[in-house]
Amino acid sequence: MSKFKKKKGGGQPAISTASLPDIVFMLLFFFMVTTVMREVTLKVEVKTPQATEVNKLERKSLVSYIYIGKPIKTLQDQLGTADRIQLNDAFASDKEIIAFVEAEREQTNPAEVPLMTFSIKADKEAEMGIVTDVKQELRKANALKLNYSTGKTDKIVD
Amino acid sequence: MARREAPEINAGSMADIAFLLLIFFLVTTTMDVDTGLTRKLPPPIEDLTEDPPEVKQRNVFQVLVNANDDLLVEGDVMKVSNLREEAKKFIIGDSKDESMPEFKVTEVPIFGKIPVSKQIVSLQNDRGTSYEMYIKVQNELVAAYNEVRDEYAQEKFGFTMAELEKKAELSKKAEQQIKAVKKVYPQRISEAEPKDKGGN
Repeated sequence: MSKFKKKKGGGQPAISTASLPDIVFMLLFFFMVTTVMREVTLKVEVKTPQATEVNKLERKSLVSYIYIGKPIKTLQDQLGTADRIQLNDAFASDKEIIAFVEAEREQTNPAEVPLMTFSIKADKEAEMGIVTDVKQELRKANALKLNYSTGKTDKIVD
Repeated sequence: MARREAPEINAGSMADIAFLLLIFFLVTTTMDVDTGLTRKLPPPIEDLTEDPPEVKQRNVFQVLVNANDDLLVEGDVMKVSNLREEAKKFIIGDSKDESMPEFKVTEVPIFGKIPVSKQIVSLQNDRGTSYEMYIKVQNELVAAYNEVRDEYAQEKFGFTMAELEKKAELSKKAEQQIKAVKKVYPQRISEAEPKDKGGN
């Protein structure tokens, strides 16, 4: 009997929290490394459609985005609900795309220019007219590697 | 004078600071991987006076999408879910069928000279077509090509295209096999200039 009593009397030793900062730092570094800060503030609503035959976009530094969609709610009073193009941080017309392509090319290492991809992030509801205009301008600018940004799904529904 | 021991810095609050940073990065992190349909645009036309090459009607798989997102395939109304099967039938072809595309004997790596279908998929949409519909149609057409190629690669080499691509990093043979399959079933999706926005 006395054996049990002895154990009870000892009390529970406090758990050492000395390694807690290490664990937290580990997590911290993981998130710091994986974090991608959002570079642009979206001024258009973009809900990308779904597709099954998608590829992953590799080399993010070589990808430039062109956003197409309705202006966001807060801007709709001034701008209406017609589809618009957004390049970097501002609205643009399709005629500005050639200049945009040139600017993006200048920021890129000349050896990697042929690998550059332009990704169209367009809203599901957007009309093809504006998307086609963008495509034609990209052709004129000789930026032929194109990507339609889509989510991944298992099945296409009618 | 005897050197005094430097007092130890209290590291108890380090965890708090680290937590603070951790929470900041947790909140700002976006883990989304960008995915999409990769396509190649045709180069700009320099010489407009040159006539485009004639293509026989039987070699063309015509896909039309109107402003109401209705699909017309080879003259018949169709649902998007049936498009893949139809496109696959067309891409594989049938040398005996007069309405199916012609075959032309072509030099292909590994197989040598074999008949290859002269199939072309032609896609035309309206300026009023929704982007979602366009992506669906594009997706189904690309899927049709991918499935045809996969089946062919499976039959000839016992691997799917994805498996071959994984192997191609190490072996020249797999690389050749991929080339051969792509040569037998080249992806020819031609996009016509869209029509003006029309109601129906």
